[in-house]
Amino acid sequence: MRAAALEALLAEKGLVSPEFIDSIVAAYVNDIGPMNGAKVVARAWVDREYRQRLLADGTAAIAELGFGGPEGEHMVVVENTPEVHNVVVCTLCSCYPWPVLGLPPNWYKSPPYRARMVREPRNVLAEIGLDLPESVRIQVWDSSAEIRYLVLPERPRGTDGMSQEELAALVTRDAMIGVARP
Amino acid sequence: MRGVDGVHDLGGMEDFGPVVVEPAEPVFHARWEGRVFGIGAILTVQGLASTNTVRHAIERMDPSHYLGSPYFEHWLTAFATLLVERGVLTREQLEARAKGPFALSRSSRAPRWSADEPAGPRFAVGDRVRVADEHRRGHTRCPRYVRGKQGVIDRCDGAFALPDADVHGEDAPLEPTYSVRFDAAELWGRGAEPGAAVSVGLWQSYLAPA
Repeated sequence: MRAAALEALLAEKGLVSPEFIDSIVAAYVNDIGPMNGAKVVARAWVDREYRQRLLADGTAAIAELGFGGPEGEHMVVVENTPEVHNVVVCTLCSCYPWPVLGLPPNWYKSPPYRARMVREPRNVLAEIGLDLPESVRIQVWDSSAEIRYLVLPERPRGTDGMSQEELAALVTRDAMIGVARP
Repeated sequence: MRGVDGVHDLGGMEDFGPVVVEPAEPVFHARWEGRVFGIGAILTVQGLASTNTVRHAIERMDPSHYLGSPYFEHWLTAFATLLVERGVLTREQLEARAKGPFALSRSSRAPRWSADEPAGPRFAVGDRVRVADEHRRGHTRCPRYVRGKQGVIDRCDGAFALPDADVHGEDAPLEPTYSVRFDAAELWGRGAEPGAAVSVGLWQSYLAPA
């Protein structure tokens, strides 16, 4: 009711057009989502030089695949290894790399995730379903300034013969936030 | 007196309970959420809202409203607040059209910001720094849980407008930003998870050599 009231008042003043809102909603529902980030990850898994470019300049390497825009202007890609697991949070609001992951899920924006991920990441990950071995060090990234993060997961074993498209289908949103493994 | 550290500044707070994951979650849970998101995109293009002013307007919400409302209601409240503060709409118009109360954020109580002269980068990767232990009124992107803590610069990022000055001042200087890595033990003491680290994006003004 209140959203409709605001939209109606702004439309009467000529400040917003309902059709333009429709197009923005459609873009984020249909075109801008984790399938984009999955293409980036799959390419990095099969193309060693692309992976190096991605880790050196995330924004430019992601733009090579055609992805960019609001909340993706300054991208840093952090790579999981057998020793280090990366996970992303925004404790102050809900900063998130829209062009590669779309809009964030509710749990990412929720007070429990934002409060607890910086303080007890291993517990939170285990609760969500990711039990990491004790030997893996956890690196949390709080995106409080202008950088937006994408986690580059480790390529799963047993995927040697897979095509880039098959690999992209294995890459989940949660793996690119760092709360799951593909 | 209302605290200077807003309810939005959640890092490290206790007793929020489990993280609840919704399987196969839709991008928007109801039509109004998408409408609010679209309105935000348009207001940003028109210069009636910006990342920093929207964040600050959300941070000025009543704390119980903030914690008790869904995410896109934060945006809705912030847009309505900014439009009323800028004289584009009135609260009466909003409430008449909504046929009921329309909660807005509180007025800002922050003083005007007088910016320092722009400075070049003071730190390099590997430098030890300490975060200023300041609790100013108004908008900042320096989370409470790192204030006064020591860390190490792990990445130098670009120069960006200092959010504190962007919201509360005339001109926001472009200032170098850094990723600063804190050992969990520095942040949380003996209760910290062994070996964990948290890297936080911080503007140069928030930092001093350690």
